[in-house]
Amino acid sequence: MPEPCDLTAHELGDELRAGQASALEATDSCLRRIEAVDERVRAFLAPTADLAREQARAVDGRLAAKDDLAPVAGIPLALKDVLCTRGVTTTCGSRILHNYVPPYDCTPWARLSAAGSVLIGKTNCDEFAMGSSTENSGFFPTHNPWDLDRVPGGSSGGSAAAVAAGEAVWALGTDTGGSVRQPAALCGVVGMKPTYGLVSRYGLIAFASSLDTVGTFTRDVRDCALLLSAIGGHDEMDSTSIPEPPKDYTSMLEEGVAGLRVGVLRDWLGQVPEEGIRARVEEAVIRLEKLGAEIGEASIPHADYALSAYYLIAPAECSSNLARYDGVRYGHRADAVRDVVELNMRTRGEGFGEEVKRRIMIGTYALSAGYYDAYYGQAQKVRTLVVRDFAREFERYDVLLSPTSPTTAFRLGEKTQDPLAMYLNDVFTIPANLAGNPAISIPCGLDERGLPVGLQLMGNHLDEATVLRAAHAFEQDLAQTFRPPLLNSLAG
Amino acid sequence: MPVEIDVDHVARLARLALSDEERERFAQQLVQILEHAERVREVAAEDVPPTSQPVPLRNVLRDDSPRPSLTQDEALAGAPEVEEGRFKVPRIIEGE
Repeated sequence: MPEPCDLTAHELGDELRAGQASALEATDSCLRRIEAVDERVRAFLAPTADLAREQARAVDGRLAAKDDLAPVAGIPLALKDVLCTRGVTTTCGSRILHNYVPPYDCTPWARLSAAGSVLIGKTNCDEFAMGSSTENSGFFPTHNPWDLDRVPGGSSGGSAAAVAAGEAVWALGTDTGGSVRQPAALCGVVGMKPTYGLVSRYGLIAFASSLDTVGTFTRDVRDCALLLSAIGGHDEMDSTSIPEPPKDYTSMLEEGVAGLRVGVLRDWLGQVPEEGIRARVEEAVIRLEKLGAEIGEASIPHADYALSAYYLIAPAECSSNLARYDGVRYGHRADAVRDVVELNMRTRGEGFGEEVKRRIMIGTYALSAGYYDAYYGQAQKVRTLVVRDFAREFERYDVLLSPTSPTTAFRLGEKTQDPLAMYLNDVFTIPANLAGNPAISIPCGLDERGLPVGLQLMGNHLDEATVLRAAHAFEQDLAQTFRPPLLNSLAG
Repeated sequence: MPVEIDVDHVARLARLALSDEERERFAQQLVQILEHAERVREVAAEDVPPTSQPVPLRNVLRDDSPRPSLTQDEALAGAPEVEEGRFKVPRIIEGE
């Protein structure tokens, strides 16, 4: 009999509605798991045990009254700490916001909370979501539940690790250049970045506004569809929100891949240094073909330039967005300063970590007088070329397929001294951010060291349903359970 | 084109107090990163328009009508220093 914390959300939801489990039992199961493993995994900045139990009891009351509950009701959820939660400290993994308590909820959590979702805690991340390993957290690094000496990926590493380790049943993260998909790949869970603008960013603390998206971490594709259905759809509080009503993404899940046109990004696969990843992705292509998909070769010719464009656009936008942390209205303030300029400079110098400072510096330089056209302007042109590459491939394919990440989980400390090596982790995920397309990472096997490998499927704008359908068909046929060995050593 | 960066100037623009060690490290790393990023110029031709948002929306407007918002106390609740319902900062103008 598995612990409730190890079930998928749809399995747990069935048990709740059948009266076989209570929401409080599910919450306590997650809290016990946090107690058992989080000293080693360190996925959470702050569990919200009392709040979670209170919310779970409310759901149990509604279950007893035979209320018609939403699929997310009673399911323990973790939120990346860049998403504002009213009355619950929200730090962005940064010292500069160590004491920030938002006066309002972000829209994704507001919707989930209204539907009876249970907040189990706020998860660790790279500071202001800048990083690919969660080692840039201003507080502590998170460890990969599959191998505690390795990183969980990033920037949403805490959310990915929490779902992999059964500390939450599902979680939200954010994906600006791969920050949901890459940690999902490294932790063996399903991670989805929806179309830019599909999920409201009201109350998401901004990093790079033309790229930021809110995404999901789940144990299977059905849960991904359920969670996305609950948070997607127009929100008038976000002026970049696409004017589309919420959709039920579960309705097309079972339709299979017969006749679906899948374009394999062969040149990306050729760049992967790890044999284990190439082998698992090749096997995935064969599996999809066996299931009836029409396989062809695809290419995004400007992908090589996408990384360069990203590392101008994202820092430029971050340098502007992070200007608000000035020690005046919230967060850290430096002591004993003479004037306001010194207050701003010392507050920011003390409050921000190294990677955030590095990106603010790059962005400030790239936007400064005389350089704007040479850097930011040129990068935006490259972006147009990437958008056109995708548009052309989606005329002949329904889904594009690639590895999610060029490597499986790497060791803590392995890449921290070399920013460029760290940036290369995002080489396969960044293009979908630049072009705004939906993309999912699903586990497709293990490498020779027993570490999970992620398969990336990308779709056309607003065609999440097709991406999810293909991912579901693959997952059902693969029929492999991804459970970190750490969990087998737990008593009971 | 070799990249030259006046780290102190950029840090002042960004309102960032850097340590000597950070200043030295960034001087080297920023040049590396920007030289890598410069590759965008190889393909960004004259006739390619820029993209600022991947899914463009135009003129997103709503009625300019008053609605409930944060109270003054809520808005000030996170401030390091407050006086008479206002954010308090050190002096901005020299003199007196």
